[in-house]
Amino acid sequence: MDTAMTIPIDLVLLLALALFVIGLFGVLTRRNIIFILISLEVMMNASALAFIAAGARWGQPDGQIMFMFILAIAAAEVAVALGLVIQLARRFNTLDIDAASELND
Amino acid sequence: MEYILFLIAAATTIASSILALTRLNASHALIYLVVTLLSLAVIFFLLGAPFAAALQIVVYAGAIVVLFLFVVMMLNLGRSSVERERRWLQPRMWYGPALLSAVLFAILCVTIYNTGSHDTAGTMVSPKEVGIALFGPYLIAVELAGVLLLAGLVGAYHLGRRYLADRRE
Repeated sequence: MDTAMTIPIDLVLLLALALFVIGLFGVLTRRNIIFILISLEVMMNASALAFIAAGARWGQPDGQIMFMFILAIAAAEVAVALGLVIQLARRFNTLDIDAASELND
Repeated sequence: MEYILFLIAAATTIASSILALTRLNASHALIYLVVTLLSLAVIFFLLGAPFAAALQIVVYAGAIVVLFLFVVMMLNLGRSSVERERRWLQPRMWYGPALLSAVLFAILCVTIYNTGSHDTAGTMVSPKEVGIALFGPYLIAVELAGVLLLAGLVGAYHLGRRYLADRRE
């Protein structure tokens, strides 16, 4: 069963690149911490896509294994970051990350 | 055939991710994020990674987005938050990040095309091969991932506790 024989790898990498840049734009633009986390998810998915594409190019399982580690990292990151979101909302009554600047004072 | 499907899925991915990051309402953005993740799962499937596609649907679209949705519902963001988002998202705040992102995109595009590789993206890798490699040479990394998830669990529990907020006063 040979799927994927007709998809050029540079197009897949281009898609991963576009997703990464879209996520970066979101991180730089938004001030709401929930949207920043969503942008980070998009960026992680972009790198996962690059790993899968590389694994498929050489027919090795390592790409999918790296995808699984990215998945584990994303799950741990989201759990901790959403805890931080809840703390931010409780302490400052806002989701603006600029509010969390007490180290300045 | 796979090529056309790939193009459709890629267009869906990019469009829905742009829509997700420009919404004002967080729950609408999460629904668009689900569309992004599902179309990426289609792409994984077309690239010959069915196990990764299934994991993408189960873990990302199933678990992580639901976690986000729970927090968004818990915070009870109302109409006022949409108004505030609209104030924060003035067009003049986009220009700098958009320029930087475009420059990065251009540089990386040039890098990809200078390699001159026009290979097609390989063959299918079955879940069996993935499992054999995962519990063979990658066993240490699997255990480290387990430790990382445990640390995430403890950290999330600690950060979610209520007394941290009370102790501030």
